[in-house]
Amino acid sequence: MSDDTTTERARPEAIKAVPVRHPGRWIALAVIAVLAAMFLHLLLTNDRFRWSFIFLEYQEGKRGVMFTEPVLEGLRGTIMLTISSMAIGIALGIVIAIMRLSPNKILSSVAFLYTWFFRAVPRLVLALLFGNLNILWERIGFGLPFGTQIGKLFGLDNFDGQFYSIKASDLIAGFVAGMLALALSEAAYMAEIVRAGIQSIDTGQAEAAVALGMSRGQVLRRIVLPQAMRVIVPPTGNEIIAMVKDTSLVAYVPVTFELWFQLTQVSARTFVVLPVIVAALIWYLILCTVLMIAQYFVERHFSKGYGATAKAKQRLRDIQVEQGGRITGEVP
Amino acid sequence: MTGEMVRADNVHKSFGSLEVLKGIDLVVKPGEVCCVLGPSGSGKSTFLRCINHLEKINAGRIFVDGELVGYRERGGKLHEMGEKDVAKQRRSIGMVFQRFNLFPHMTVLDNVMEAPCRVKRESKAEVRDRAVGLLERVGLGSKVGNYPGQLSGGQQQRVAIARALAMRPKLMLFDEPTSALDPELVGEVLDTMKDLAADGMTMVVVTHEIGFAREVGDNLIFMDGGVVVEQGPPRDVITNPQHERTRAFLSKVL
Repeated sequence: MSDDTTTERARPEAIKAVPVRHPGRWIALAVIAVLAAMFLHLLLTNDRFRWSFIFLEYQEGKRGVMFTEPVLEGLRGTIMLTISSMAIGIALGIVIAIMRLSPNKILSSVAFLYTWFFRAVPRLVLALLFGNLNILWERIGFGLPFGTQIGKLFGLDNFDGQFYSIKASDLIAGFVAGMLALALSEAAYMAEIVRAGIQSIDTGQAEAAVALGMSRGQVLRRIVLPQAMRVIVPPTGNEIIAMVKDTSLVAYVPVTFELWFQLTQVSARTFVVLPVIVAALIWYLILCTVLMIAQYFVERHFSKGYGATAKAKQRLRDIQVEQGGRITGEVP
Repeated sequence: MTGEMVRADNVHKSFGSLEVLKGIDLVVKPGEVCCVLGPSGSGKSTFLRCINHLEKINAGRIFVDGELVGYRERGGKLHEMGEKDVAKQRRSIGMVFQRFNLFPHMTVLDNVMEAPCRVKRESKAEVRDRAVGLLERVGLGSKVGNYPGQLSGGQQQRVAIARALAMRPKLMLFDEPTSALDPELVGEVLDTMKDLAADGMTMVVVTHEIGFAREVGDNLIFMDGGVVVEQGPPRDVITNPQHERTRAFLSKVL
């Protein structure tokens, strides 16, 4: 570096120019301000929202509708439904994605059929189907497949080959039916997300791992999936948020242990409709906001060692070292 | 020891209807450095990948340290090896790739420790000492905690060499290890490889670095169109090529 050239020539004065005007921005600001004011005015002055019904007291001596015991119970149910159906959905989704990518043609076509079916059926219809599935069987249990038919073959009339069984309407009804409908449908979407994630990883990664003697399982668990997470996590966050909202569908199974069901019950008792809907809206907003914040931190965790920011930071550090620490710019 | 670390007998390999290897014969003795030269598309990388069974060969035999690669011969019949047995064979064959293929989600140290810990199930403390030692040997003792994305190409490739060495291989395969590097970074990687050769490692190196081949190679192979056109001591082949195709190639790269 020849420092003389920089000392010989004086630094020209910094550019001071009249900035470009943006009248459009000011017009937009004015329009938005007016609309926001109108909206606030509506919220605050229209007493049909019945804010006290929502927050403070919906009946003599009772809390606001958002905080009554059955509604809070429903909220717990919604959270549990979200967690359990997402857990099943993610686990099953990973399995189906791996099946789909398997060299075994039978496995991959089964996985294809699964995703085809569950992506093509609306969740509400699926939920209702599962709610009524127990019509098909009296009892459900473990035993010989085609047990009754085999029994008939050997002339046994009351043989069913069942080791253990319970009444179908006890097993598949209400919460379990709703959860299964949501989980199985979710697994189909998760399978597609996981597949996209796995396929986004450079094949050189698996090759390097295999060349080191790692097994296919190890390559997947240790090398491919951790990297695929970076691609998988953001859409999965979206799926969880969508799931929170879709749990309201199972109110029609019916699942009683659920937020939307409990709130509609309040409506049915009190004949108050709009404030109840607003109460539901506020709860879903809160739940989803918490999830979005969590998503931000999870995404940050899985992007370590990657991305423009990490590279830019390192490059800037290197340049600083090279130049003796003269650059003091902020790294985005 | 059979006196032959690698032996290829009449190896053929096709991708669909395209035959890329048309009968390769090769012997690499223990401690030897064998450099493979040739124009792109000549099949040299494919051949290298056949040695550790990353590619299945269609005909012929490849032996590493006397052991048939990827198959077992029983009663005059060939049986395909299961995934586990192939993995076991690969443990003793290190490979370095053109594009490094370090694991970007792991630190440099974890990259080196991964296979000995997970594949060989060696004790972590022991592996860590060895890994740090290897990283110091390739001149990266200060980078153990960095992620690959924070290193230059040359540094990444040296980590990749350390990663392969951590498995204590008896044979190292290099697939154009310097082709993806900026010119000023090539030297550091070649120096690391020279050290390795001086230590007596058996190496098969696919490269375009004629200087390296001449200086370090014990044997040079020139491939073109899926066949070995010429082979011999590097000095002889480079200064006095017998074959027209070798001459044409060397005149372009020298």
